[in-house]
Amino acid sequence: MLDRTKAPEFREIAHISLKQPVKKQFANGLPVYVFHSPEQELVRIEWIFENKYLDEQNENPLLNSALCALLKEGTTTMSSAEIADKVDFYGAFLVPEYSFDVTSLSLYTLNRHSKVLLPLVKDILTEASIPQEELDTYLRNNKQKFQVSIQKNDYLARRKFYNLIFGENNRYGRTPKLDDYDAINREQLTALYRKEIVPNNCTLIVSGNVSNDLINELEQIFGFEWQGPEAAVLAASPILIQESSGLAYEEKENALQSAIRLGSQTISRTHPDYPALQFVNTLLGGFFGSRLMRNIREEKGYTYSIGSAVATLKHTGFLTIATEVGVDVTNATLVEIEKEINLLKTTLASEEEVDLVKTYMEGSLLGSLESIFSHADKFKSVLLNDMSLTYYSYYMEQVKNMTPEKVRDIADKYLDFEQMVKVVVGKFNQFEPIHQAVVN
Amino acid sequence: MVSYQKFTLENGLRVLIHEDHNTAMACVNILYDVGARDESPEQTGFAHLFEHLMFGGSVNIPNFDTELQKVGGENNAFTSNDITNYYITLPSSNLETALWLESDRMLSLAFSPQSLEVQRNVVSEEFKQRYLNQPYGDAWLKLRPLAYKVHPYRWATIGKELKHIEDATMADVKAFFKLHYNPQSAIMVISGDVYYEEVKSLVEKWFADIEPGQKYHRQLPQEPVQQELRRETAFAPVPLDALYMAFHGPARLEEGYFAMDLLSDILSRGSSSRLYRRLVKGEQVFSELNAYVMGSIDNNLFVIEGKPSEGITLEEAERAVWGELDLLKKELVSKAELEKVKNKIESTNVFAELSILDKAMNLAFHELLGDANGINTEVSKYLAVTAEEVQQQARAIFNPENASILMYKAQEEEIRHVG
Repeated sequence: MLDRTKAPEFREIAHISLKQPVKKQFANGLPVYVFHSPEQELVRIEWIFENKYLDEQNENPLLNSALCALLKEGTTTMSSAEIADKVDFYGAFLVPEYSFDVTSLSLYTLNRHSKVLLPLVKDILTEASIPQEELDTYLRNNKQKFQVSIQKNDYLARRKFYNLIFGENNRYGRTPKLDDYDAINREQLTALYRKEIVPNNCTLIVSGNVSNDLINELEQIFGFEWQGPEAAVLAASPILIQESSGLAYEEKENALQSAIRLGSQTISRTHPDYPALQFVNTLLGGFFGSRLMRNIREEKGYTYSIGSAVATLKHTGFLTIATEVGVDVTNATLVEIEKEINLLKTTLASEEEVDLVKTYMEGSLLGSLESIFSHADKFKSVLLNDMSLTYYSYYMEQVKNMTPEKVRDIADKYLDFEQMVKVVVGKFNQFEPIHQAVVN
Repeated sequence: MVSYQKFTLENGLRVLIHEDHNTAMACVNILYDVGARDESPEQTGFAHLFEHLMFGGSVNIPNFDTELQKVGGENNAFTSNDITNYYITLPSSNLETALWLESDRMLSLAFSPQSLEVQRNVVSEEFKQRYLNQPYGDAWLKLRPLAYKVHPYRWATIGKELKHIEDATMADVKAFFKLHYNPQSAIMVISGDVYYEEVKSLVEKWFADIEPGQKYHRQLPQEPVQQELRRETAFAPVPLDALYMAFHGPARLEEGYFAMDLLSDILSRGSSSRLYRRLVKGEQVFSELNAYVMGSIDNNLFVIEGKPSEGITLEEAERAVWGELDLLKKELVSKAELEKVKNKIESTNVFAELSILDKAMNLAFHELLGDANGINTEVSKYLAVTAEEVQQQARAIFNPENASILMYKAQEEEIRHVG
């Protein structure tokens, strides 16, 4: 008779083996990393550019994202429509992506069409014309989207949070305002394009079925034929200053829910404690079985979701906790979050809980390696911080070595509710005392 | 090409296995043939609430999530108007744990009052977060009952109103489980780093002794053919007006479905598509505009939604959309344009084969539609569609008497403070 109360025996999780890229360097100095998987019918080619800090104080927060979006909106020889037609006709995807530190252009295509599309990408990277008309359309439409976004409590909370943890005189902390849309012009974008979209600010990552033919083709077009200024762009590092640690509260009279976001700057991936901090974060709010989810969603039903995350940027890292809760439990949620953080700092977690998080994190890393593209993604993440794939062996080793004591020590070292920025956009229950003095 | 093997247990559970050894993970996907369309009009949102309760402990296992996390797995689920779908991904070495967990909750839930109480709250917060406390969040709560008068598609999966969720009782939960959650209503797909023989014996071990239960016979009222244009105007404190246009179209398995889907691609897929190219970029009537097909198993909707540019009225915006729709009725799409959208279907299909979870979900859904192999043959159905069929479909659906139009109007600032 089957005993359904007993779990099947746990079996060790397969060893994680990350695929190493083959590194090449093209004639113009362009570094190229190849992740080859011959059974694929697809290839992904990514041109990655660092967003340098060129004019730290005066940078329009929309500048880099606008350039990114406008890259494929016209060149000296092709219109935006012609580019779109060609990419779509071949069933390909040409995706510009912007993040604080990096702008990238990724081409996803069936192997058999890659050759036709490479010259088009070359055209975009060397001859983009950023037509005024396209810029106008982009700004007009994004201004509209912005107006919708600022009606969302979670968007407002996130914006305020960035302002406060990084300060507003740098790219991480200065969020767009409506005026910024009017201040962008073609000249600024063209100047940025000429400085940043150049071979010596680029890394090429090619993954999927990468034939020798394709490599040769890439080398011809992006190694021999792509030239740029000799000197690398010099850039500054941002000055990042957390501006407050109190509660920033924006009242929304008719809100049904309050968006809550709190956190602070913290160490980044380059710090030896980072994997351990990731561990503590996972236990606190990084997965469905985390303490915040169990307490605030699964026991109290205050929210649909709550989570915490530790993230790495080029120049810093940050920790964030975010949720949207019923307005009547806004304060109660803050109280519970504080309780959970302090509990981690003062009371040992059980061995069982620590083991569960270990296994969860191992499974989660294994699960994130689904195809050759995910191997390339892992590499890309560490590349941003000039680290190598050995980081992941270190990470796994650190995770394996976690103990209840180490969890407490790391929590005590890096989590401090008092020092955290706390943002609430929504409403406090009028019968409920507000948790902390309101600042800002 | 997604290869798979299939067997059916004596209790009626259908099982499909797809091996993919490029990964060290396995996926267990269980589709239950029940969705919001199976709810009573007085108890909407129940299928979705029930989905939450499926994680509240089963008869022999108090905590589903913890047991799964202990072996490195993750899970989630979604409810649509047609189906409820649960999935687990975990390191393949621990596949048996997933089967243990899924079989126990198919056998019986714990029916914990505390779980019901908490999940009622969680779902209420979900209702607020996604539908009520978001600009335009309630548009679909208005559009569905405008487009459907009889069919249960007239309510959204979250339900018509918060009250229906708040009023759910344990007796309702038990009855729903009995009616819809049994081997006969389920399709299980196991994909990834697994081996057929091994999986088959594990499935038999954990699922074979579950009672088949009663067969549920779906008898849904069919939506009568719409006879005249329907309009509704809503006012809300949003920054911009929005336009929603919905047209009835062929069900998932009906003739013409693929032609209709290609129409949505021609209009709205990618930055070379007609609506984007002409109405967003060219004439600048809209700041954003999209067209898509719901993909419902019964009577479908073809939806166009957008936000007019500043200074453009909803009436002008609507006229511009009709202009594009009329063009599709009048003129055949060119060979190149049709080939373009077909090429995209083909390449997207290759991308979908990268993920063992996507493959498992798709296999289960095609099996529900009648043949799991649809996952492999569907592309050829798209490729076979002719320009004439596309035009015929445009003529059949893009008519005022088949349209439901919701104008979502931005309230003036002054009004906002009064309300």
